[in-house]
Amino acid sequence: MPPTFLSDGPPSVETTFDRFRLKVLAGVQDTQLRYYALILLAAGAGLLPLMAGSAHAALQKVPTDGADTLLMLMGSALVLLMTPGLAFFYGGFTRAKNVLNTMMMSFFLMGLIGVLWVVIGYSLSFGVGFKSPFIGGLEAMWLNGVGGPLGDQPLADGFSISATSFALFQGMFAIITPALISGALVERINFKAWFWFCLLWSIFIYCPLAHMVWGGGFLGPLGIGAIDFAGGTVVHIASGVAALVSAAIVGPRTGYPESVRPPHNVPYILLGAGLLWFGWFGFNGASYFAAKGAGLSFVTTSTSASAALLTWCLIEWFRDGKPTAVGAATGAVAGLVGITPAAGFVSVGSSVLIGAAVAAGCYIAVQFSGAGGSGGSAKSTLDESLDAFSVHGVGGTIGALLTGALAVKEMVPADYFPVSAKILEESGNFGLFIVQLKAVLVTYGFVAIGTTIILLIVKATVGLRVTPEDEERGLDFVCHGEEAYDPMTN
Amino acid sequence: MKMITALVRPSKVDAVKTALVALEIIGMTVSDARGFGRQKGQVERYRGNEFTVDFLPKSKIVVVVIDDKVKPAIEAITKAARTGEIGDGKIFVTPVEDTIRIRTGESGEIAL
Repeated sequence: MPPTFLSDGPPSVETTFDRFRLKVLAGVQDTQLRYYALILLAAGAGLLPLMAGSAHAALQKVPTDGADTLLMLMGSALVLLMTPGLAFFYGGFTRAKNVLNTMMMSFFLMGLIGVLWVVIGYSLSFGVGFKSPFIGGLEAMWLNGVGGPLGDQPLADGFSISATSFALFQGMFAIITPALISGALVERINFKAWFWFCLLWSIFIYCPLAHMVWGGGFLGPLGIGAIDFAGGTVVHIASGVAALVSAAIVGPRTGYPESVRPPHNVPYILLGAGLLWFGWFGFNGASYFAAKGAGLSFVTTSTSASAALLTWCLIEWFRDGKPTAVGAATGAVAGLVGITPAAGFVSVGSSVLIGAAVAAGCYIAVQFSGAGGSGGSAKSTLDESLDAFSVHGVGGTIGALLTGALAVKEMVPADYFPVSAKILEESGNFGLFIVQLKAVLVTYGFVAIGTTIILLIVKATVGLRVTPEDEERGLDFVCHGEEAYDPMTN
Repeated sequence: MKMITALVRPSKVDAVKTALVALEIIGMTVSDARGFGRQKGQVERYRGNEFTVDFLPKSKIVVVVIDDKVKPAIEAITKAARTGEIGDGKIFVTPVEDTIRIRTGESGEIAL
């Protein structure tokens, strides 16, 4: 652990380190302050010596800082770009007759979830009105009161980013999370079903989960103490598990697995992976919430992706004799997924390890899920089309567990992560690993059950699939009346 | 008049064209084609999926020539398109009844 960058990074408690809005948000409410204080007293008595002078610094009001807020605004723009990036990434994998539909399943959510987030999503995720460890409140609907009358007030005590920049930043996460699920449903789901599924999933799965992990709820650093830097649990495990469940419920594409074709445009896949990597600097990097220290999360993000890309290609090279472009793109994305929960909590060396481990884990997973893979009879019934679970679910899980095993104590400051810091202090990384495991299991269960219920409701009302004839015709024309490539338009 | 249909490797199209032009055969039609003969397909891997791609990309060159030029044209195409490996392609020769130039209405060999 090179102490050099630590000396001026995370421990500068006076500004901001954080991520855990929960306390922050809670801090602005009187009732919530009391709740906080109780938790701190109950859980934190033993760590007073550890927290030393920093204990109350975290709860001190700090003015909005321009650089920190700019980091969030830049981060918001970067994360937004990940959604069209994902559209290209997924679009390249499908057949030419389905590429527009596949890309729309992501791109459209910049509209749907973009509005939903402002109307109610943010409030349900980061509000405190319901005083529940599972869901936020309704007081911040339409971003009412967020950032004060001019929108420039800090998010909460201990945070120097403006509340408005935080709300926008979080909205970008809410957009891409359901978009990730589309990888399991492409080439067969009816677009109307996708519309309703995303609307319901965002409200009833994403928002509660964001509240539980980040909004001060029961999984997070004020609850059981799990840490999730930028969304390994909330975004990647949630979307991965939802993908697996939906693939099972919606069923395979007609004729699967014999009908599966190679990707129609591998350059799109590389373009998409490149845009995702670029955007991930915002996703993970800006999740540091403080410009001065964000260099660390930017570095770990990139090194993990590099290590994963390299690992994936080397495995292929040794095994099949050739490193593939699709493998390089997939490896990079897997590495980015893996480092997401860890980016601000681990050393650069650990980030390389996480990237390599996640690439190996996801490589094995896709061998089982592939149409020509080793999944045996399961492969003919479970059509996890674009490996959303094998990459995001498996990668997010490995990343979340390794975060527990590799988190550096100094990077999990007690003033922002009281329960987590206490666990690290008392039972070390193994203790945190167990807590991470609990959080992962709770997420799997909650998302699997919730997604199943939502899908069954959608199935009973608008129906899930297009007809086999429409599948054959291609969803671009059937769902949108368009074709991506028409040779006669020259 | 005979129609020569040559299915060749896409990378050999330019060489074939140059060879035919050298024989003063001007005018030909080229299109992308997919097919297989003895070469069969190739195995491609994408993530966990393995595909045997049966139809491989070829270029289809169609040229109509007067009878005297059939033999030299076939020799030129064969020479230009050959690598000696399986997958070099095939040439088919078929008779042509007539040719009409749309712009002038001329027909027969003069329209070639």
